[in-house]
Amino acid sequence: MNSPGVTIDRDVKTDELVINMGPQHPSTHGVLRVILKTDGEICLDAQPEIGYLHRCAEKIAENLVYGQFVPYTDRMDYVSGMGCNLGYCLAVEQIAGIQAPLRAEYLRIIVTELNRIASHLLAFGTYGIDTGAITPFLYGFREREMILDLLEMLCGARLTYSYIRIGGVDGDVPPGFIDKLREFIDIFPGKIREYNKLLTFNHIFMKRTTGIGVLSPETAIAYGVTGPNLRGSGVRRDVRRDEPYSVYPKLEFDVPVGTTQHGGPLGDAWNRYYIRMKELEESTKILKQCVEQMPQGPIMAEKVGRVKPPAKTEGYMRSENARGELGFYVVSDGTMQPVRVKVRAPSFSNISVLPEIVRGQMLADVVAIIGSLDIVLGEIDR
Amino acid sequence: MGLLEYKFEENIILTRVDWFLNWARKSSLWPMTFGLACCAIEMMATGASRFDLDRFGAGAFRATPRQADLMIVAGTVTLKMAPCVRRLYDQMPEPRYVIAMGACTIGGGPYAIHGYHVLKGVDLIVPVDVYVPGCPPRPEALIDGIRKLQEKVQAQGVLVRPAHPAQNAADHVLEFGRMDAVRVKWDEKLKSGGLTPQDEDARLEEQKEKEKQAASKA
Repeated sequence: MNSPGVTIDRDVKTDELVINMGPQHPSTHGVLRVILKTDGEICLDAQPEIGYLHRCAEKIAENLVYGQFVPYTDRMDYVSGMGCNLGYCLAVEQIAGIQAPLRAEYLRIIVTELNRIASHLLAFGTYGIDTGAITPFLYGFREREMILDLLEMLCGARLTYSYIRIGGVDGDVPPGFIDKLREFIDIFPGKIREYNKLLTFNHIFMKRTTGIGVLSPETAIAYGVTGPNLRGSGVRRDVRRDEPYSVYPKLEFDVPVGTTQHGGPLGDAWNRYYIRMKELEESTKILKQCVEQMPQGPIMAEKVGRVKPPAKTEGYMRSENARGELGFYVVSDGTMQPVRVKVRAPSFSNISVLPEIVRGQMLADVVAIIGSLDIVLGEIDR
Repeated sequence: MGLLEYKFEENIILTRVDWFLNWARKSSLWPMTFGLACCAIEMMATGASRFDLDRFGAGAFRATPRQADLMIVAGTVTLKMAPCVRRLYDQMPEPRYVIAMGACTIGGGPYAIHGYHVLKGVDLIVPVDVYVPGCPPRPEALIDGIRKLQEKVQAQGVLVRPAHPAQNAADHVLEFGRMDAVRVKWDEKLKSGGLTPQDEDARLEEQKEKEKQAASKA
């Protein structure tokens, strides 16, 4: 029950106490409510209560034509909206038999990887705040603004893009975009070193996050945890590598997994955090290759028009978003509107493991554990 | 300051109590960390490196409503969240201000038509001072909203703050804890306000008929 290094003094009599955390709490990353059962400083149980941001997205999908649902996917995982756009468009393209042109596929990967970096930078910054350091937040947002500028050049929006459309992308790159992207790719590895110096290998931060919230590989797989949280537990699983979609087969990148080299157990909060920092490097690598390989050509498949998949077809498409495996299940009845759109949101599975890893930890570490899971409530509740 | 100017020692500035207190208030609006959805990310960006909300004295985000002056409702308010929003507003000390950030808080935004669990406008439960449209609004827009609020604070009387028309309506709704009432209210608004195109046509026709009748009488 006890976390390593914690001993309970049995002379002090403590009672069980139920504490409500959220839905308005600065460290729950949105409107998550956690009901904590504590005994003194030890947390016995934590039950996440969700539904405070249920925005009826799946029901809305049934009332709109296929293309109109793309903006709503932005608002599910609002920190990496491009990834959601891509997942939905790939699912619809699969059942409608549309193939996006090669240039569009490269552009899609460029924007999703840029968005993944932006998302991990936000996770880095807010995790710093959760553990008591404000500066990483300012550092992370400095580079995040560079990425948002790039995405803004492409589609005009900073957060909710709808750039990826069914059959391709919205528009070709404006003049100067590729140069700016190259500039970003050049300077970013230096910035990652700066982050690592500032926070990752900071002695206080490592003491704070090592050995807490240990998630074993078996538990992670049993709960369907995906993304950096699963890889932090040492399981080398990445949809981009295992079931490659789009142009990922042509790209070379590593899938970093958690280690015990930092002096803590496999799958602790530090490992989960460090995987994100490693993925920043990998995403930069992918971006570099995409810029070099991207061919000229059209950016939209021909004659897409109004999407009307054949009747009685259904398709499930999984893609690797910043938080894990994002799945879209689309059922068509031959009309212009889908019968059902089901979203398999990675954060939903990731938060469900919270009671398992919080049990027996110190109350003050609960915030650090929730922060290391990097959840987005818009995706959990949809 | 007319007759009184230059009658005292140096470094004494004469001003009105109203002006001075409002100046102090508007220059240190402390917002509450209250991120609900997508707009919260833009709110964070507003407070971070590039936009630096601290320049306007509004960058000290407080984690508790008891220390906050300003509630920036950043994101979709759902029916499950609505009572919490109202309670947080009630816990804030006077004088308190509310900025409705984003399309969802103004009128449901993209979820206005099919969103069965989305509150169609946060002004149904709390009085709103400034509306910032956008989905989500850019940080510049939020800063503009805060500047607008500062203008409003500067212009108001110190002792009496005019009651907001939405205040009573919201009290009525939450007194019984029935968020359904909000929905009913919205439906009524839809019907009576001529907000749907059909209603609008009917209203125009009625108006025309009345004009005709008036003309024939004359």
